[in-house]
Amino acid sequence: MTTPVLSEAATSKTAALPSTLSLGLSRGATELREFFRQKENLIFTISLPALLMLLLGTVYVKEVAAAQMFAASMIGAGIISTSFVGLGMSVVADREDGTLKRLRGTPMPFASYFLGKIILVFVSSLFEAVLLLAVGVLRFDLELPTSAEKWLTFAWVFTLGVVACSLIGVALSAIAKSTRNAAGVLNLPYIVLQFLSGVFIMQSALPESLRTVGSFFPLKWVCQGFRSVFALNDDYAVMEAAGSWELGKIALVLGAWTIVGLVLVGRTFRWSNTSR
Amino acid sequence: MNAIRVRGLRKAYKDHQAVAGVDLDVARGEVFAVLGPNGAGKTTSVEILEGHRDRDGGEVSVLGVDPAKAGREWRSKLGIVLQSATDAATLTVREAVHHYAKYYGDPRDPEEVIDLVGLTEKAKSRAGTLSGGQRRRLDVALGIIGRPELVFLDEPTTGFDPEARRQFWGLIKLLAAEGTTILLTTHYLDEAEALADRVAVLAGGRIVAEGTPQTLGGRAHADATVRWMSDRGYQEIRTSEPTKAIADLSRHGELAELTVTRPSLEDVYLELIK
Repeated sequence: MTTPVLSEAATSKTAALPSTLSLGLSRGATELREFFRQKENLIFTISLPALLMLLLGTVYVKEVAAAQMFAASMIGAGIISTSFVGLGMSVVADREDGTLKRLRGTPMPFASYFLGKIILVFVSSLFEAVLLLAVGVLRFDLELPTSAEKWLTFAWVFTLGVVACSLIGVALSAIAKSTRNAAGVLNLPYIVLQFLSGVFIMQSALPESLRTVGSFFPLKWVCQGFRSVFALNDDYAVMEAAGSWELGKIALVLGAWTIVGLVLVGRTFRWSNTSR
Repeated sequence: MNAIRVRGLRKAYKDHQAVAGVDLDVARGEVFAVLGPNGAGKTTSVEILEGHRDRDGGEVSVLGVDPAKAGREWRSKLGIVLQSATDAATLTVREAVHHYAKYYGDPRDPEEVIDLVGLTEKAKSRAGTLSGGQRRRLDVALGIIGRPELVFLDEPTTGFDPEARRQFWGLIKLLAAEGTTILLTTHYLDEAEALADRVAVLAGGRIVAEGTPQTLGGRAHADATVRWMSDRGYQEIRTSEPTKAIADLSRHGELAELTVTRPSLEDVYLELIK
């Protein structure tokens, strides 16, 4: 046996551990760095909604009013794609490549990991929305809202939508064993919800039963919130299922999903595919 | 106080008893190797000690704390070197080491650690472009960046070429010389012999032998094999008194190609895990 030497490795620790918040910010910076270095993220996650808008818009959108509504819905769908699908996938990938196992063995708290993910989704969604709006303005003469009130609505719908959908994405990632089947687990609800939530088809054109199903999920409410921001005027609210923007209800539903997401993440989150 | 103390550790998966009553003591500053074939329960045991896995029964104390109830403070004293991680592939070596240093209250200097693991020339390369051996050295760097008191290495040199293994051993010896306690699992016997102060052999979820590499399984007192060449080909006898045997034999004349061998660690090991 070697004689234990009291060296720098064996001295006891007195230095305080860094705070959850500062670690979360540091995680966020690293997540973003890794995200933007992967070209498939830039092509699929960031550009896809803008590309879809360009294609579908060219075929269907004949007037500015329609472009406004379509762009609003596409931003909503884009958020779900980066948060729910993208984040869910990235957690599954973290589990697969050993990131989570490594983090589990360090003094980094789980809250910091999640904060980093939220920062990643927030920034990538923002990039995506800006790109989409740029396509809208340049190609479809989209008009951006001018009142501070509308932008305030944009900000809270965006933030609440990102947080709620991120939590649900992380919760659902527990079901998927590998990135291969995660794509199915996460994309299926996303694609179905786009049809039920007024992204591709106006909600008023849907049968009552499908409309009801859609209104249980966040996407409809996020899209409705953005439509209220980008509509040329508030008269367009009559085209919504309820005939109004229902901003209070949007906050309520998204808030409820945030709580459901928090509970689900707390109960289902797994650090690895093999633990327990 | 020991760095690790385990009594009656048990863990089952469905109907398979992976760990069936393991006792283990590792002193502070010791390099301890756990040997065993695949499926012996090595990784399961180590993951329980690391706090990565729940146990079914038994007492476990790692640095004086039960891993199942341990918090951040405890984790900051551990260094866990992963076995097959491919994470952080798009980060450079330097970025990854600097990032992980931020998790700890009193980390080592990242540049020093990069130098210590021999990756200075690769500091600007992305982790995903490293060779297998380089990648494992990055894993070691990330494992020791927090100045750990106890380091876990689970089959660290699997898949290494001989030169990379020797370099890796040098790195482990350096850490041990600094007073770091090291728990290592391996199925390479030469690795255990080169690095460990003590070894335990795990088979079927139980420890079947424990000791220094030199005395494991009664190796030091085992019968020696005397072997020589005669007109009729190679001859071999097993004896507890090889010197006397050779004296007797040599009375009949010169013994060609004479050798005396004790069982190697490998012989002892293969006997133990039967």
